[in-house]
Amino acid sequence: MVEKTNILEELERIKMDALSALAQVQDEEALQTWRRAYLGKSAPVMQVFSNIGEVPKELRRDVGQGANQVKQVLESALEERAAYVREAALQHKLTSEKIDVTLPGRKPISGGLHPQTKVLRRIFQIFAEMGFQVYRSREVESDEYNFELLNIPAYHPARDMWDTFHINQPGVVLRTHTSPGQIHVMRELAPNPVRAILPGMCYRYEQISARSEIQFNQVEVVAVGKNITFGDMKGTLNGFVRRLFNRDVHTRLRPSYFPFTEPSAEMDVECFVCGGKGCSVCKGSGWLEILGCGMVHPTVLKNGGYDPEVYSGFAAGMGPERISMLLHRIEDIRYFWGNDVRFRSQF
Amino acid sequence: MKIPLSWLKDYININLGLEDLARTMTMVGLEVEEIHVVGLPKPEGQGRQEFKITGLAWDPEKFVVGQINEVNPHPDADRLVLCQLDDGSGEITVLTGAPNLFEYKGKGRLEKPLKVAYAKEGAILYDGHKPGYELTKLKRTKIRGVESFSMVCSEKELGISDEHEGILILDADAPTGKPLADYMGDAVFEVSILPNMIRDACMIGVARELSAVTGEPLKMPQRSVAVTGPAIEGKASIQITDSTLNPRFVLGLLEDVKPQESPYWVQRRLRLAGMRPINTIVDATNYVMLETGQPLHAFDYDVLKERADGKAPTIITRAARDGEKLMTLDDIERTLDTNAILVTDTAGPLSLAGVMGGLESEVTSKTKNVLLEGANWNFINVRRTTTALHLNSEAGYRFARAIHPELASWGVELGLDRMAAWGGGQIAKGLVDEYPAPVNDPVISISEDEVTRKLGISLTAAQISEILSRLEFTCTIDGSTVSAKTPPHRMDIGTGVIGKADLIEEIARIYNYDNIPETRLAAELPSQRNNPQLELEERVKDLMVAMGFQEVITYRLTSPEREARILPDGEDNTEKTYVSLANPIAPERSVMRQNLLSSVLEILERNVRLDERLAIFEIGSIFLPVEGQALPEESNRLAITMSGKRFNFAWDLPESGELDFYDLKGVLENLLNHLQVKDYTFKPVSHPSYHPGKSAEVILDGQSVATFGELHPRVKQQYDFLEPAVLVAEVDLPVLLSLVPLSFAITPVSVFPPVLEDIAVVVDEAVNADQLEALIRQTGGKLLADVQLFDVFRSAQIGEGKKSMAYSLTYQAQDHTLTAEESTTLRNKIIKRLERELGAKLRS
Repeated sequence: MVEKTNILEELERIKMDALSALAQVQDEEALQTWRRAYLGKSAPVMQVFSNIGEVPKELRRDVGQGANQVKQVLESALEERAAYVREAALQHKLTSEKIDVTLPGRKPISGGLHPQTKVLRRIFQIFAEMGFQVYRSREVESDEYNFELLNIPAYHPARDMWDTFHINQPGVVLRTHTSPGQIHVMRELAPNPVRAILPGMCYRYEQISARSEIQFNQVEVVAVGKNITFGDMKGTLNGFVRRLFNRDVHTRLRPSYFPFTEPSAEMDVECFVCGGKGCSVCKGSGWLEILGCGMVHPTVLKNGGYDPEVYSGFAAGMGPERISMLLHRIEDIRYFWGNDVRFRSQF
Repeated sequence: MKIPLSWLKDYININLGLEDLARTMTMVGLEVEEIHVVGLPKPEGQGRQEFKITGLAWDPEKFVVGQINEVNPHPDADRLVLCQLDDGSGEITVLTGAPNLFEYKGKGRLEKPLKVAYAKEGAILYDGHKPGYELTKLKRTKIRGVESFSMVCSEKELGISDEHEGILILDADAPTGKPLADYMGDAVFEVSILPNMIRDACMIGVARELSAVTGEPLKMPQRSVAVTGPAIEGKASIQITDSTLNPRFVLGLLEDVKPQESPYWVQRRLRLAGMRPINTIVDATNYVMLETGQPLHAFDYDVLKERADGKAPTIITRAARDGEKLMTLDDIERTLDTNAILVTDTAGPLSLAGVMGGLESEVTSKTKNVLLEGANWNFINVRRTTTALHLNSEAGYRFARAIHPELASWGVELGLDRMAAWGGGQIAKGLVDEYPAPVNDPVISISEDEVTRKLGISLTAAQISEILSRLEFTCTIDGSTVSAKTPPHRMDIGTGVIGKADLIEEIARIYNYDNIPETRLAAELPSQRNNPQLELEERVKDLMVAMGFQEVITYRLTSPEREARILPDGEDNTEKTYVSLANPIAPERSVMRQNLLSSVLEILERNVRLDERLAIFEIGSIFLPVEGQALPEESNRLAITMSGKRFNFAWDLPESGELDFYDLKGVLENLLNHLQVKDYTFKPVSHPSYHPGKSAEVILDGQSVATFGELHPRVKQQYDFLEPAVLVAEVDLPVLLSLVPLSFAITPVSVFPPVLEDIAVVVDEAVNADQLEALIRQTGGKLLADVQLFDVFRSAQIGEGKKSMAYSLTYQAQDHTLTAEESTTLRNKIIKRLERELGAKLRS
């Protein structure tokens, strides 16, 4: 005779056995083994279902309910244990996978622009936003464009300002500055207004040293139109300098001399390293010489095809290498065309 | 130009500190490069030095005017004396070895006590016994048993000059006990003179600029010696043969002179200004030049007379004859050309006009009568002469920048006066003055509007006139227009519209650039245009960088020999015509480059040991002479080089293989694809720089746009390269970029699934990969979305002279899912075509 209590006790025992076995389970494999043993077809609790026919009718409902409860308890216990086991396994895996994060990273293959390309692009961009466009002209120039048309006649004392490379061809030189581009662009556009940036390589006959190069970039700025004033020149160049150095730097203009501008000036910018207090970059002066500028000389306007009684304009010239040297504290100008990877890879 | 403060103060009152004065000078166009103090305290900013400041400041507590009352022998040493010196607070004993005190030794109390520069214990001064200028601090010590803690100083110890033989003896009226810096402290401003401001290469010029900005009146020098001699008339005459070469020539005469040492203050000023005192005659010419800007030249009158056989000398000025020779006073024989101007007499050349005197007629210590020349010369001729002879002189420097002829007579008068004042003699009455070409000083009219239009500030005619008057322009106002006559000391003011610009500069300079407010450009904006060539080049740079290349920029100056290195040994290109320099700085930088390969290979060579993987490129110009044209063709090229490992080294990875032809080819393909250039082909090429079997050219639109490949081993060996192959490419950018489309259309991305399939075919070795792929693509048409070669295989089984090429094909339609039937049809079509046209066999 099957006693109800016996059966229920039996179920209770099955449950306790199963739970205590489950508590021993530590990994996925054991978990599967336990599932087969305690919830598989031949598991004791499943046997109760299979053999329910042998249970007296009046007890079937209770036994069925009891077995169901045990099964549910075991199933949810299994779920809980599985979660625990998986979490433990994950933790173990994470711990065992720990690496030495201080070992060096693998160097990707990476290219880079020459620092002077970067500086030139920055200059172009700032001026472009003020309506100035890039205009390039030749590097091997005629004496006429490099000097004569810029109000520098032969044997003019101002010629001393440029140590010139001459070509074995009379009247041909390596341009000493980008200023010949002023004449080219004016002649192309006259009588329309001009706002142009003239970048490019220039050449001077000098001994190569940490401070001087025979080949260097220059960027010329030129604006020609009606009613362009010295004040406009100041405003434009100050705007440029503030944007280039990313802060509200102070500038000053000192009188200077260039044959192709009048009045002529040098622009100094307050040292952006020390804020004008004096440091090694500005050699203690608080000021950095940044560009030369002036109002386009009437002779140059005339040579460019503009009536100086009607039109006026300004021009400025700067050395992008000098700007880079100041920005990155480069002490030796020879680094630029030397292209040592140890220098280049820092940009 | 060195400007001693004390000298400058002769011509203008100065109430500014050293730095303020330097700033004022700088802001008026006289850039101060250095302030060299000689005694005066060094300016101290708050950690900021606006100017380079050098020199020695004399501590007012430690350096005073001392009075030597008695000079006694040292008990123990002949070459030392003991001075009884009053430093203002009492008498002390000071030990010195100064030889110029020995004459007072043992004379008891001096009737006329000597005034000296006295340095007390702890004073910091230059060591007089060491070469150069080394600072030392006076310490208490014992010399031969006599205690010494202070000293009387030489000029060198004070930083005045190199003189350290004897001590400095001051004027008798020097106030005993007064701090030395207050009594004679000085400072020298090193000023850079702009080419158009040669009028300011003198004390009066600088004072005049300061007067214009500070409003302090200018004090002009006055003559101090009465003219007592007989008239110069009949004692010398002048013949100017060409007034354009010599607009003016002035002579003055000083008789019965005794050349001697100039007064101490004159010597001191000349030294501070950077000149060496010689004697009263030479010193006076230099002094007046530094004072007024007019160079002078003194002749020994008796030498000239002798050359004229005892008659009154005639001075003749003329152009030199080609090859004519002259011994200049620096004892060098100069060979002249026709640009040189000569001062001659009837016997021949005397001096090189405006540059340097001749040796023969030079004044000496025995000169008795001086004929003083103040002349004016054509600046272009002087400049050509100084340039041709590499001869720099103070006179040449000034004349080559144009001096106003009006200064000549004033200079001679002042020169004679100084000579007489310092060395005696009688000044002859009058001057011989030939002035055939006076300067017509320009008169410029300028209106208020013109000033506003150029400077952006509004000034009234009265304000404009006031500013110009300060610079000694003679101004008249008519309504809103100012008419200004150029003062007779400057040559830099033009006429007409140029003169107006010159005046506007003067107005802006004195108004002060800093006071002109900045404005934004309001003028009409030009029509905006782009620069397609530049923009495309920048795109190429970005693409190269994205592919891992470093950009370089190199010298465009090279030599034929350097460029010949890209050809196998023996095949040199020195016969080539280059754009060559007439004055190269070095043989290896003597011509403009004609290719960019050399440029990048040199950079690769320089870096080859610094990194095991190098990939660099340059975009830059080459220079090709054009027959019959003065100017060469300038054309941009892109050069690429790569060598070494395919990937970067990493500590835990096996070393990667080395870069080869196909790496570089992939770079070019990628570049072309990203430039949206279509239908390019690769063709084997024969080029002496490249490996004959591993080089190709890129053909685009029927033109060769690039040559690339592995460097020929015989070229490679000419460089200091390592084992790995060197890959190079040179791209003709103008041609390539002209074929880049302005815009391009994308291929839509299909939403329908692709069918992937591999096929392998066996073909003859002679069949090129591009033929195969082209045929597959052509046959596959629109439905063949992609073709990838994934294997090339050769074996005995396949057969001699054959190869198996395996492709992975992607079929995809834009508008439906492909059926198995469609893809099979396509596949069979492709295979049939390959069999038929290339004799291919499908590999099972």
